[in-house]
Amino acid sequence: MDLQLDDIEAELQAGVRQLCEQRVSLPALLDLATHRQLDRSLWDALGAMGVFSLRLEAAAGGVGLGTTEAVVVYEELGRSLAPGPLVATHLAAGLVTGTVVGSVERTDGPAIVEHLTASDALVVTDPDGLWLVEPTSVSAQPVDAPMDPLTPTHIVDRLPQGEQLGGPAESARWILGGRLLTAALLLGVSARATDAARDYALAREQFGRPIGTFQAVKHLVVDMLVRTELARSAIYAAAATLDEAGTDAGRLAIASAKLAAGTAAVANGKACIQVHGGVGFTWEAEPHLYLKRAWALDAAFGSAHEQADELALR
Amino acid sequence: MDLHATPEDETFRREVADWLQTVLPALPPQPAADDWSGRRAFDLAWQRQLFEAGLGGVSWPKEFGGLDASPTQHLVFLEELERVRAPGVGVLFVALLHAGPTLIAEGTEAQRARHVPAILRGEEVWCQGFSEPDAGSDLASLRTRAVRDGDSYVISGQKVWTSNAQVADYCELLVCTDPAAPRHRGLSWLIMPMDAPGVTVRPLRTMTGSEEFSELFLDEVRVPASNRVGGEGDGWRVAMVTFGFERGTGFVRELLESQELMHDLRATAQAAGLLADAGVRRSFGRLVGTYDALWALTQRNVSSAARSGVPGLGGSIFKLAYSQFRDDLGELSMLVQPPSRRTMADPQLLGHCHAISTAIAAGTSQVQRNIIGERLLGLPKER
Repeated sequence: MDLQLDDIEAELQAGVRQLCEQRVSLPALLDLATHRQLDRSLWDALGAMGVFSLRLEAAAGGVGLGTTEAVVVYEELGRSLAPGPLVATHLAAGLVTGTVVGSVERTDGPAIVEHLTASDALVVTDPDGLWLVEPTSVSAQPVDAPMDPLTPTHIVDRLPQGEQLGGPAESARWILGGRLLTAALLLGVSARATDAARDYALAREQFGRPIGTFQAVKHLVVDMLVRTELARSAIYAAAATLDEAGTDAGRLAIASAKLAAGTAAVANGKACIQVHGGVGFTWEAEPHLYLKRAWALDAAFGSAHEQADELALR
Repeated sequence: MDLHATPEDETFRREVADWLQTVLPALPPQPAADDWSGRRAFDLAWQRQLFEAGLGGVSWPKEFGGLDASPTQHLVFLEELERVRAPGVGVLFVALLHAGPTLIAEGTEAQRARHVPAILRGEEVWCQGFSEPDAGSDLASLRTRAVRDGDSYVISGQKVWTSNAQVADYCELLVCTDPAAPRHRGLSWLIMPMDAPGVTVRPLRTMTGSEEFSELFLDEVRVPASNRVGGEGDGWRVAMVTFGFERGTGFVRELLESQELMHDLRATAQAAGLLADAGVRRSFGRLVGTYDALWALTQRNVSSAARSGVPGLGGSIFKLAYSQFRDDLGELSMLVQPPSRRTMADPQLLGHCHAISTAIAAGTSQVQRNIIGERLLGLPKER
């Protein structure tokens, strides 16, 4: 048993972080978001790095790595706030042709579909199976002010049935895999919010000293770190369980991971705004982007509340 | 990262489990909580049994009679003990988790020879004399004075929050040997026999009604200078070594124990039809998820210790999160229980009350936050 990163995982982490730090600029992304466009060159760079084909077998053109490596990579993508249907495109590797693949769960009422116009293909999940839908065939209303400015959305009253890609088992596996990778993105958001709050607490001076000197502020940041590390632990354990015992065996561990990660990211987004004070409430400052991404990701593949329900009834 | 058990770890797990099955049926019943001489005898006898089976000091070095097991195997050992509700360290907590490891790391040959084998064989009970009425979180401001007189120190002062003092043979005593020295530089770590003239023990009643803590009054107690562990004035560093052991795998059994409490909570809530209540259900589900995360954090901390050889600050993160989890668990348990169980005779309510000390003992949650904030996050000290 070793729940620390091994050499490959540490190398992947460093590589993806470096790429994201070089390529993801938030002002540029906000500008693209205004025009509802995806940064295709960033997307291609991520694809070339093997982010999406990471778990696809080498024989099928993938990298052939496991879930533990995937969560390490997805934490970094979450930290960068890189936009796009990162999770669905990864899950679609080997299953769907298309460079950008979106995903949505079929519900009774109207659905929010993320990144619809940027997607080459859309995968719809429901209890009966997995369905492939042509994005241009969807009758959808664009949302003028999406919750997360970097995640453009459409409201769809009725999703087309689409072409069947898999049955109920494949649909369940898609959702579980998506839940864990989304948890990893949330972990990245939590960690970034913690780092940003720490940096600001060191730089910002009031009463003649850095505000991080004061225990009232210091303890806020420490609680952010504690939530982040709890989420990280649950995610690592769930990923290892998935690799060693299969998706179904990992179901409850994944629920615990998504619960911890959603809780941490939303709480940390707010705490980060609080540590930044008045500046944190402005549009130019980044903290609101952490919180809004956290809200969007918490809702994807089952919210923290829903995971709590599932865990209570196990 | 992986969760695979190595063949060695699996073999060790089986050996521990097999041994526990042979000895547990013959174990006498646990003495009552207030039967202190009974508890002392019971805990010493259990340690003696562990020693004879080669399990007296699982993580201790071989040359000191230990098994030199890896941190992972130590975790396996604690898991197996809890699985069959085997006795814990009880009143030997300070001897086995503080004094023994501290003497191994910092003691002289003579100090080790005198105490380490005796602790391992289940022949010595120790208590901790660190905190004072005016030196709690600010431990370095302690005022118990030890004045050098020839080959001895003459000690006067008062200690408090001293667990199991009434049944202890020795005390790990932190004293001030140089009041003129800067903070942290004038302290020394001494081995004090509890039967030395001038030692008075007065039990303290805690909010649970129990008397596991005492006040210690020291009136010109004479201790040989050869009982000093580490150099004169080096006591703060030695005490930090002691705390390092305390924050390692200290709360593993408590965490595992809470699994049983959650099981009871779920059964009680279900019997009362309260799992249909979305508020209760989700609060319970959050506890289940937090338990999983805390167990995974324990595994990460153990993995980190296995790699680096020392317990890291992950123990402080664990203690903070565990204190909150345990309190939430106790509150939800009270909420779903029938009113007839709202009595201090109820073991769950008693346990909930007792768990309040988790956020105070071994460094309050506020001190833990300062440690994490300053050492892990690099935030400035307040002064």
